[in-house]
Amino acid sequence: MALYSRSGRPRPQAGGFELFVWYYMRLSGVALFVLALTHFSLQHFLFDPANETSQWIFNQRWNSVFWRSFDWLMLMMVVTHAFLGIRTVTMDYVKGGWRTLALTVLYLVGVIIFVMGTSVVLSVQMPGGA
Amino acid sequence: MLFRYRGSEGMVAWAFHRISAIGIWLFVMLHVLDIYLAGGNPKVYDDLLKFYGSTPGRILEVLLGAALLYHALNGIRILIMDFWPRMTLYHKQIWYVNWAIFIIVGIPGAFIIMRPVFGI
Repeated sequence: MALYSRSGRPRPQAGGFELFVWYYMRLSGVALFVLALTHFSLQHFLFDPANETSQWIFNQRWNSVFWRSFDWLMLMMVVTHAFLGIRTVTMDYVKGGWRTLALTVLYLVGVIIFVMGTSVVLSVQMPGGA
Repeated sequence: MLFRYRGSEGMVAWAFHRISAIGIWLFVMLHVLDIYLAGGNPKVYDDLLKFYGSTPGRILEVLLGAALLYHALNGIRILIMDFWPRMTLYHKQIWYVNWAIFIIVGIPGAFIIMRPVFGI
């Protein structure tokens, strides 16, 4: 495997966490190709943002275990993929103590965003449910 | 790193991948916050939705869709080259195929999003 890449980051040779991240970005990328593009097509092509009120979300869009699971799976993939990606960008440009600070803030924000998304997709009452 | 041109399509493909990544990351955070708001304070969310449905909002949605589509297609290009290294020889050709798909899918997509602005 070449150390130089014309495409993405070269595969880390040392193994460990960096190699895990390298594979994880590619696997979650494939998942998001399906999940995120389906989501965008639904929200913008099949439906129209002007009609997607909170009532529409609760009564129609999220009145389904399947779509809530779909959206939660997408949340999990997009938050991990996006924050690990920004981690790589941060490590390219920020060095030393600032890097530690920047990554700490980044991870904290990532966890908060994940918890907020999870709590709303789980807690909003399902009109068609029990 | 981002602004020093090292030549060829590979560099531009990489820069666009990184720029679109940052844009999508920012929107993902906004989007989780707005959906959280829909659960906690539906009225505020519905007000924000009026912006999403407005003309400037729709222009931003076209840009978001473009960033998403480019990032997705170039991501597949990266996968092809990483797991089938011989294809790296054709990295420019794959990039041009990406742009062909980008235009074929993107133009009708942008049209559907902007349609209400023109009343059609």
